[in-house]
Amino acid sequence: MKSLAELKAIRERMQGKVDMRHDNENNIRVVVGMATCGIASGARPVLKALSDAVQEKELTNVTVKQTGCIGLCKFEPIVEVMEPGKEKVTYVKMTAEKALEVVEQHLMRGQVVTDYTLGDIKL
Amino acid sequence: MMTELALNVLDVTENSVRAEASLVHVTVEADTDKDRLVILIEDDGCGMTEEQVASVVDPFFTTRTTRKVGLGIPFYKYAAESTGGSFSITSEVGVGTKVRAEFVLSHVDRMPLGDMCGTMHTLITFNTHIDFVYTYCVDERSFVLDTREFKEILEGVPLDEPEVSGYIETFLIENTAEVNQGIIL
Repeated sequence: MKSLAELKAIRERMQGKVDMRHDNENNIRVVVGMATCGIASGARPVLKALSDAVQEKELTNVTVKQTGCIGLCKFEPIVEVMEPGKEKVTYVKMTAEKALEVVEQHLMRGQVVTDYTLGDIKL
Repeated sequence: MMTELALNVLDVTENSVRAEASLVHVTVEADTDKDRLVILIEDDGCGMTEEQVASVVDPFFTTRTTRKVGLGIPFYKYAAESTGGSFSITSEVGVGTKVRAEFVLSHVDRMPLGDMCGTMHTLITFNTHIDFVYTYCVDERSFVLDTREFKEILEGVPLDEPEVSGYIETFLIENTAEVNQGIIL
């Protein structure tokens, strides 16, 4: 059994130096639809890929959150990127791989990956 | 349809999150002698009236306003009943809700349990304000993950802090493997 002693060691290492990521209002907010429609079409690995990549690349200005259904079930998994002062970008039919591209192109370089956006797909 | 039971559990437990639960118990119990798999989800959220409990198994009932169908519970109920198992919801307003699904383990229509570690990890690290008690048993072997215990040790270091989140993930994976001892659910 994995022991809790290890957790104690992590605490001792982290305490004090944890730069608590504040949910700053200037942060880029990334939300993943995690209702039945999202989950059934593969939102769990998308959410995990996004949050892992954001942590790994230390993007402290990005917050990854989950949300419910936004009513576009047939386009799930859906990822929305909300950046202060900019129009919301909606990515549709996402996968973990596409999510990594969004992290590298959009979140890190500011370039929207238009191949995956809702764009002018007829609703 | 969900391709694994762990996704049904994630979906149904999201209802507990929305019901503003502060403590959620998720219990997975497999008994190979009795050929049964029981999954219990219990929360202390807002609960439902008798009428609401009766209607959540109806695909055309949902509390949301963004679409007109609610398939979470019907999917889960179907997944249990199609194995010859059973499904029940008990709830009380202001007290909480309990969802119990029983599956016949060896039934050909039973979906694989799938990535329960991923489901619990997602629930725990994306809802750090809620406490989870996850119990996983196979026959006489078991382990428990109680976030209240983790939080006490962590003294304020958040559960979604990368190192802690990584620890939770390995804790789940290693203990599950140990309990499973090669049995694949």
